[in-house]
Amino acid sequence: MEQLLEQLASGLANGAIYACVALALVMIYVSTDHLNFAQGEMAMFSTYISWQLMQWGLNFWVAFVGAVVISFVMGVVIERVILRPLHNAPVLSVVVVFIGLLAICNSMAGAIWSYLIKEYPSPFPKSAFGLAGVIGPHQLGVVLVTLIVLGLLFAFFRFTPLGLAMRAAAQNPQMARLVGVRVDWMLALGWGLAAAVGAVAGIMVAHIVYLDPNMMGGILLYAFAAALIGGIGNPGGAVAGGFIVGVLENMVAYTGNQIEKLTGVYIIGNGEKLTVALIIVIFVLTLKPAGLFGRVVVKRV
Amino acid sequence: MRALPSRKWVTVLVALAIVIPLFHPVMPDLVSNYRLFLVSTMIIAAIAVLGLNLLTGFNGQISLGHSAFYAVGAYTAAILMDKLDCPYYLTLPAAAVLSFIVGYLFGLPALRLEGHYLALATFALALAVPQILKYKWLEDLTGGVQGIVLTKPEVPFGLPLTDDQWLYYYCLIVMLILYWAAANLLNSRSGRAMMAIRDYKIAADTMGIDTARYKTVTFGISAAYTGIAGALSASAVAFVAPDSFGFFLSIKFLIGLVVGGVGSLTGSVIGGIFYVLVDNSAQALSTFVKNDLGLQFDLSAYTVFGILLIVLMYLMPMGIAGGLFAAVRRLRRS
Amino acid sequence: MAALLEVKGLKAFYGPTQSLYDVNFEIPTGGITTLLGANGAGKTTTLRAICNMVRTDGTVRFDGHDIRGKATEEIVRLRIAHVPEGRGTFTSLTVDENLRIAAYTRKDKAAVKAELERVFTYFPRLKERIQQQAGTLSGGEQQMLAIARALMLKPRLMLLDEPSFGLAPLIVLEIFRILRRINEEEKVSILLVEQNAALALDLASHAYVLETGRVVMSGPSEDVKNDENIRKSYLGY
Repeated sequence: MEQLLEQLASGLANGAIYACVALALVMIYVSTDHLNFAQGEMAMFSTYISWQLMQWGLNFWVAFVGAVVISFVMGVVIERVILRPLHNAPVLSVVVVFIGLLAICNSMAGAIWSYLIKEYPSPFPKSAFGLAGVIGPHQLGVVLVTLIVLGLLFAFFRFTPLGLAMRAAAQNPQMARLVGVRVDWMLALGWGLAAAVGAVAGIMVAHIVYLDPNMMGGILLYAFAAALIGGIGNPGGAVAGGFIVGVLENMVAYTGNQIEKLTGVYIIGNGEKLTVALIIVIFVLTLKPAGLFGRVVVKRV
Repeated sequence: MRALPSRKWVTVLVALAIVIPLFHPVMPDLVSNYRLFLVSTMIIAAIAVLGLNLLTGFNGQISLGHSAFYAVGAYTAAILMDKLDCPYYLTLPAAAVLSFIVGYLFGLPALRLEGHYLALATFALALAVPQILKYKWLEDLTGGVQGIVLTKPEVPFGLPLTDDQWLYYYCLIVMLILYWAAANLLNSRSGRAMMAIRDYKIAADTMGIDTARYKTVTFGISAAYTGIAGALSASAVAFVAPDSFGFFLSIKFLIGLVVGGVGSLTGSVIGGIFYVLVDNSAQALSTFVKNDLGLQFDLSAYTVFGILLIVLMYLMPMGIAGGLFAAVRRLRRS
Repeated sequence: MAALLEVKGLKAFYGPTQSLYDVNFEIPTGGITTLLGANGAGKTTTLRAICNMVRTDGTVRFDGHDIRGKATEEIVRLRIAHVPEGRGTFTSLTVDENLRIAAYTRKDKAAVKAELERVFTYFPRLKERIQQQAGTLSGGEQQMLAIARALMLKPRLMLLDEPSFGLAPLIVLEIFRILRRINEEEKVSILLVEQNAALALDLASHAYVLETGRVVMSGPSEDVKNDENIRKSYLGY
């Protein structure tokens, strides 16, 4: 029973990470109709930036904020410089550019900081933070930080004029222009926010999976699965999907472990996570493309 | 888009390709074994990119997952040679068939997907393949993380060739046959149907084309081509291991597609040669930077690839082949 | 008095297809002008061209300044409000949010609140539904919302594209009455594109008639109304 609770807690912590990355993916999708394949590598790069800031003597939270701000700026720059000219380009061109971004982020991280796996500290003190030994201090911290960031974002979009302008620009760019909203900048801001949220996810997960240029590949795939489950255009759905997928992933591994314990037969475990994600992605894409909470978009011929 | 450059050029190039390697015994440093091996890998890359181009360039279905089909071909060949002592040349048809089946099966759910979503599905496939290859229950077959060690093809009939010379001719023959087959396919009614689906998507159905059948079969054929390339590489490199068949291999294919020219057969060949060249040069450059300059910078070809992918989308969306054709046309007109 | 809006030799293109060939007209400050014509004559395109929503050529001057080729949102910030055909309300935002977004570009927050109250005096029905999602409003209410939102931009010129479309006659009359009030009380000049020529000629003081991308007739509404030939050839009644 205790092990089940542990797995559940771990699933929620992982789910919080997936929720953040999924939210970043949805934010970009809603404003630009593109899937950001480079989201994971961008988040990883941001995490390395925070690591470097700490190497230069800054304390964890200062480095955290610093990296998030730098990522925001990077996101804005990427949108304005690289993606702006592609507004009307064919899908293949856009996908190719995203993959290019992915390759650059990954290889630059490896070039600058090497491919050696590094340890990454956790800012959450071991002492009073855990819950009856079931949920560890870092996991609890991850969930708390995620909820705070998500709450801030929600408040931003719901209650601030800028957030309102961004929502309008995403929903109906033409009409937003007709009320004076500078839609192009709204898109850039959206990218900046997505990059910032991705940075939060990367920094939170680095302690669990260790810092290495390839750390976000699997996480990105799960985030996509989460975004699809929640309905690709639905930010709330993405967050819910993230937690669902996180718990699901751990329950599958747990079940596999139990089966192996009882029968000695290994069917499924931690080594099959990406395969499980693949199955979820294909499943949702082909059978329930609108996800659990989304609406099906009918294409006009 | 014309599938073949003019007859004259083709004959010249093919003649050169056949004759030059024969000079190896006379000029062992220029036409070295290593260079022959390198060119063989370029030919293999060309076949792989050709496969991708058939699906994405000529049929309009985006695939980020061709590394998966390459892996299927490579492992089919490896397992056949390792466990069943199958001769290397027989692994090709087997790899082709198996890759076709996998490609076709993936093409079925892919019928419902387009653009970004198809890219996502193939992306997921590419990411999952190394894990699948390391799966516990398949370990006996696939050799798990360690992979499978193989032997290079033996020179047949006692011909006076080195192993690398034979490897080169073996790959060359396969590539010429496959190129010729692809050119014929594309110039036929089926080829025009494939391209109609790419260009007119929804309208293609109303034109009486069985879109579903063409799309899934093209997926299969495309996978078969790349699978054959994989099988060839198993023989050439004499080794397969799961981690060399991850998503980053798909990035190389994408480079070949984009640099060479989307929707161009000659472009596919150029593209394949290109990415092998850059990959090799990057390694040399990286070693130079680390050893000779003493800088702790792990330079990788992927930075160059990434920058190229982005820059080309603005400057030369038609790739090198497209750029060359356009230049030739302009010259002819003036 | 110099014209508020001057359009000379305006051409417009949808991609490679040309839609306007040579459009010339002037809107005086403070007046209501209407643009009439059959379907496909280019009325909507003209409004879009003024806001640079389509590719254009020629001259468009607002208050003496050249605005052709400026970004749409910058033209709007010069205080030209465009109420497009189909209303263009943000359907998943509330009435309140739809109105507030128009005030987004304004810096004077206190004045905005007063402005909102003022707008509600013209459209009391909107005040009742202030937290309702715009997509759930009736057609007439959405049209009112679109006009109210345009008012929140504190425009000097309002462009309206077929405000009567799909609405019950009584609602249309109410809306047109409000438009007249807005023109007189808020000093907003209006350029009105309408299929319903009779209604438009009652509201506007001056009319231009478009046919296949050119202005073929212009004059005071009275003259256009009373000219039987014009009415039969271009206006269909």
